[in-house]
Amino acid sequence: MMRWVTFAAAAAALIGSLATAPARAQGEHVALPKLAWSFAGPFGTFDRAAAQRGFQVYNEVCSACHQLRHAYYRDLTGIGLSAEQVAAIAASKSISDIGDDGAPIERPGLASDHFKSPYANDLAARAAQNGALPPDLSLMVKARDGGADYLYALLTGYSEAPAKMKMGDGMNYNKYFEGSQIAMVPPLSEGRVTYADGTPSSVNQMAKDVVTFLAFISEPETEQRKALGVRIVLFFVLMTGITYAVKRKVWADVDH
Amino acid sequence: MAGLHKSEFTNPVINWVDSRLPVFTMMQKEYGVFPTPKNFNYFWNFGALAMVTLMIMIATGIFLAMNYTAHTSMAFDSVQRIMRDVNYGWLIRYVHSNGASMFFLVTYIHIFRGLYYGSYKAPRELLWILGVVILLIMMATAFFGYVLPWGQMSYWGATVITNLFSAIPVVGEPIVTWLWGGFSVANPTLNRFFALHYLLPFVLIGIVFLHIAALHVTGSNNPLGIDVKGPQDTLPFHPYYTIKDSVGLCVFLAIFAAFVFFAPNFFGAADNEIPANPMVTPAEIVPEWYLLPFYAILRSVPSKLGGVLMMFGSIGLLFIVPWLDTSPVRSCKFRPVYRWFLALLVIACIVLGMVGAHRPEGIWVILGRVGTAYYFLHFLVILPVLGKLERPLPLPESISKPVLRGGGPLPAGAAAKPMEKA
Repeated sequence: MMRWVTFAAAAAALIGSLATAPARAQGEHVALPKLAWSFAGPFGTFDRAAAQRGFQVYNEVCSACHQLRHAYYRDLTGIGLSAEQVAAIAASKSISDIGDDGAPIERPGLASDHFKSPYANDLAARAAQNGALPPDLSLMVKARDGGADYLYALLTGYSEAPAKMKMGDGMNYNKYFEGSQIAMVPPLSEGRVTYADGTPSSVNQMAKDVVTFLAFISEPETEQRKALGVRIVLFFVLMTGITYAVKRKVWADVDH
Repeated sequence: MAGLHKSEFTNPVINWVDSRLPVFTMMQKEYGVFPTPKNFNYFWNFGALAMVTLMIMIATGIFLAMNYTAHTSMAFDSVQRIMRDVNYGWLIRYVHSNGASMFFLVTYIHIFRGLYYGSYKAPRELLWILGVVILLIMMATAFFGYVLPWGQMSYWGATVITNLFSAIPVVGEPIVTWLWGGFSVANPTLNRFFALHYLLPFVLIGIVFLHIAALHVTGSNNPLGIDVKGPQDTLPFHPYYTIKDSVGLCVFLAIFAAFVFFAPNFFGAADNEIPANPMVTPAEIVPEWYLLPFYAILRSVPSKLGGVLMMFGSIGLLFIVPWLDTSPVRSCKFRPVYRWFLALLVIACIVLGMVGAHRPEGIWVILGRVGTAYYFLHFLVILPVLGKLERPLPLPESISKPVLRGGGPLPAGAAAKPMEKA
């Protein structure tokens, strides 16, 4: 038994020391508000209503500048939209393609299309955005330290710049952004979208919803992964019990 | 009929094969009846765990390679395609990426087990050296693999690590250009790293085979660190250690699965979810956790060449550990003083790991230098000197007859009593 305790202690010490690793690179940032996300934890799932409202925010606000280059319209079935709804959303977009005669055409989008990019290319985006490139959002929740909490903080963290701070031309003050100056104008304002389900569209509400949607788009496999994980981990725990019982039996007659 | 092996298998097909190619006899000898010390603790699981992890890595890696594109313009997107479109691609990739961390975790425990119980000492020096070769190849493989997703950390990590060679006087710069296949980390670099990442695991299999072959010549060490005196000290490997390894394997796989399914990005860096951009350097360029102690040593030396030499030296040192240790006793169970220094070494390595994850500012610079100094002091001074000074505890007569619990010096000539177990 002692051996187990020693081993468990050693393992715990190792894991503990590793846990400090993700803390890197956060030193100079302002502490982030911690929200209780529906998708957090080993059993968390995406709040369907929030994710759908979040899609609406992306669709009506963010998508004017930000791409979701790795996502497809068909992914939207993962937040509870029906195939028909998804087809209708896709069809409302005009996709540039090449026709059968080789000439460029515009056609209605299909569920199998990637989300339409607001700009033809990065240079066009920079030209339209005062030189700044609006980043792709399809991995945004995974691509920033702090993840969902950071995005929420950023979207709700705009304020007046401190008097002594010299702001760059066209820049906005946001204390959560590295360097506190961000090119993105405050994207959300009270009542910016009108939610079909009657939820009041406060800035905090819209930020929370769109972050839930982006968390889904970053890892569309999340729910399947966690559900499978519960079964797999339970399986190995059970197998540990069984093999340990067999081990005891095999070793029963050994004087050791 | 000269030369046919006399097979003892009764199944006619197995007998036919075994007579011509005695693989079944070999397996029976090396994994069936192989005499193994009967006093292993669970720390002796970790070699088997590393072996299983290597197989998991190769299996998942082959399927990833089927869906990956080694080109700078497509690599990042092809990884996203694996994550989103390939059936269970996310599972294969997360097993592979977390598997790298698990591989190093079990290997490091395996190495410290060897250090604690003196498994590197005569006659197992070559076994140990092969192990250090395995560690080196693992590190190279992990580094190449980390470059493949072509995120920001992939790109800048590759830039930093390959640039280490530029510290070599005179030929440094040409070597780096040669490694890159160009004048910066670019498509030729990615392409060759992919080729090497696919090649090295199979080299690893070869060295692991030699590692096990050498082990089966000398036989395993054991927690008492004394030689096997006879059959009463050993058990056949199967079923006693196949089942004991299986217990550890199930626990290990449960932990492994918990990471894969519930915290798949725990060991990852957020920056690597941003496509590589040669025009933007990330605020922090940090290697994966398993390389952090070496990264800390590199940065603790205020000279580029010195740091590079110290970093490679910290692993090179391991090759000569069997000859640095002058103690006649293998196991730390009987080395009351060295035991504490070894614990300090573990702490030094963990501290260095933490130092590697932080900017070299303030306290981290001091900690990094103290940790580095202790690491080298441990192997170059404490290990050789303490072996001469330390008075080891009395060794048991044999594995079957350990001294009484609690040890203590025995009167001269008194035979230790066998320990009875209820």
